[in-house]
Amino acid sequence: MAEATTTFWERLGLRKASGVGEAGWGQTLFAAVISLIYFLPVLLFIVTSFKLQTEALAVPPKFFPTSFFGLILDQYIFSPTLANFTSVFSRAYTAGAAAESTGFDRFFFNSIFIASTSVLLALVIGTLAAYGFSRYPLRGNDTYLFIILTTRMLPAIVVIIPVILMFRVAGLAGSYPGIIFLYTAFNLPFTIWMMKSFFDELSPDVEDAARIDGSSETRVFFKICLPQVLAGLAATFVFGLILTWNEFLFALLLTGVDTRTVPVALNQAVAGGGIGVLWGLLAAIETLFLIPVFLVTFFLQNQLLRGVTFGTVKR
Amino acid sequence: MSTIEARKITKKFGDFVAVKDADLSVAAGEVVCLLGPSGCGKTTTLRMIAGLERVTSGDIIIAGKRMNELAPEKRDIAMVFQFYALYPALNVGENIAMPLHYEKISKPERDRRVKRVADILHLTDVLDRMPGQVSEGEKQRIAVARAIVREPNCFLFDEPLSRLDVELRHSMRGQIKEVLAGLSKATVIVTHDQLEALTMADRIAIMRDGIIEQIGTPHQVFTKPANVFVASFIGTPQMNLVRGKFEGMSDGKATIQFGGEKVELGVNPAVAKLKPSQVTLGIRPRAFTPVDHSAKDTIVAAAELIEPMGAETLVHARTPDNSDIRVVVPRDVKFKIGEKLHLRADPSQTHIFGEDGKAVRA
Repeated sequence: MAEATTTFWERLGLRKASGVGEAGWGQTLFAAVISLIYFLPVLLFIVTSFKLQTEALAVPPKFFPTSFFGLILDQYIFSPTLANFTSVFSRAYTAGAAAESTGFDRFFFNSIFIASTSVLLALVIGTLAAYGFSRYPLRGNDTYLFIILTTRMLPAIVVIIPVILMFRVAGLAGSYPGIIFLYTAFNLPFTIWMMKSFFDELSPDVEDAARIDGSSETRVFFKICLPQVLAGLAATFVFGLILTWNEFLFALLLTGVDTRTVPVALNQAVAGGGIGVLWGLLAAIETLFLIPVFLVTFFLQNQLLRGVTFGTVKR
Repeated sequence: MSTIEARKITKKFGDFVAVKDADLSVAAGEVVCLLGPSGCGKTTTLRMIAGLERVTSGDIIIAGKRMNELAPEKRDIAMVFQFYALYPALNVGENIAMPLHYEKISKPERDRRVKRVADILHLTDVLDRMPGQVSEGEKQRIAVARAIVREPNCFLFDEPLSRLDVELRHSMRGQIKEVLAGLSKATVIVTHDQLEALTMADRIAIMRDGIIEQIGTPHQVFTKPANVFVASFIGTPQMNLVRGKFEGMSDGKATIQFGGEKVELGVNPAVAKLKPSQVTLGIRPRAFTPVDHSAKDTIVAAAELIEPMGAETLVHARTPDNSDIRVVVPRDVKFKIGEKLHLRADPSQTHIFGEDGKAVRA
């Protein structure tokens, strides 16, 4: 065996002598730095949510809540406050007036209710449809699948006027069912395509075995197929949830006062007042807005990883 | 009595005929192997019996009842799949118990039966594991256990051993044979491995291009192949098949001309009825005896390649008309490369196939 030689990069820990296994400390550090660069905007607004307006506007930005035992210069330190978070839910609109409710508790409820209901609804309908497309192909199956996808080929702004008119006529504008149905339809193509690919990956032999062992078609679906695509359901749910959670245009034009979602309310809350954008408030709403999706993604992350890498490794 | 009967079953996928007029009957306690190269329709035939494919025409009769339109779960059969088809979300014990759930059997009885088959197939230690956590050999045994846990009319195996390594295959072959012997049900095994078919089957059905070419006991298909295809498919090393011209017959010996030489070979008496024509001569490598001198009934060939196989030696030789023939001789018979061999064939193992490829035999 040839004598092992270490290269410059290996000594730095940026490359390992062997190609596989755990990353070296240099690689890990490198990855951490890159991640930090991408995470910086999010970090910035989370930090901003704890600042008063003057500190939020300071240049250079005050980034640190404490001096870290004298390590940080005073000019980079701000005094953290929860004022922004309380004023998300109730604040005085004019100086000296009594604090009023801003209605944001309602808007958060709306966002959670509308997004989760419509994504779950799309998941139920989409999974059944995808199973049908995968297992019982129709004549011209691919054409149907393509047509389903075409509904997502135009940007929302192009179809918004006909949609508004339809909603007016049907009396759905401003109501929960209206926006929920719209978001369900909005999520369906993606759900169907995604779930179909998961069902396509399953071994048909397993289903045949279940049939021979005495399962009806319903049992084959619920007991055999569905448990195998849990990761896919999780991945589809999270992607759909993120898309719906952040949707702005339809929500702006099709929700009423009672059904307004956070992205729309956020826009209206921070823009007014003639004193410019309230950065601290904006950041506080964004931070709160981030939490539910973050939690869902966090709890489903193992399933999610399996879901997005599904089918990339051959059995 | 549990039997499987397929009457003239045909399966078409669009214009493609996967199986054509296949007739097959399996008696209770009998093991029939469907043997053939890949794509010959053997798995399709099995799936039609199982009810996983509909027959285009013909009838499937199981235990005396016509089953054409019945769904698989109503046919009372058990099947072992090539890739085992274990339920990934259930553990080994639950996998084996699955067929029992549909029979409305009490839980203690279910547990008892699972334990019994787990004992037979040495799976007791892995009952709590998930299918992903067991070895390939164990997966195979789980698939068999799941099939035998119930007492169905018949068993179907689709390439049951193809995923195992040679050693495991060898031991599983014995185990499956033993288990099947204890159950005495009608069994169909699909395989492309002739050794598997020859060792496990009571009868073998050899298929090619959707047609069953011959059905017979392992001994019959080996000693009396019905046509050139069966002759070439069964037996290792492959049977020598040489084209020649049949000129006539006298004293039970056929005069056949090939490579510019005439030989007089002892053949089946039925060959006498044949008119002079092109025939295929089939002789197994082990049916030759090397002799010292050329004679009227010997074939001459020059040794080209010598492969010792341990107990025997395989000699590849070339006849004057440039056909390659394989000869297996005992290991103490020594040849040099280039040496002329004079080979005498055993008349009872000399097959003549007519122009249509069918064996000429009484």
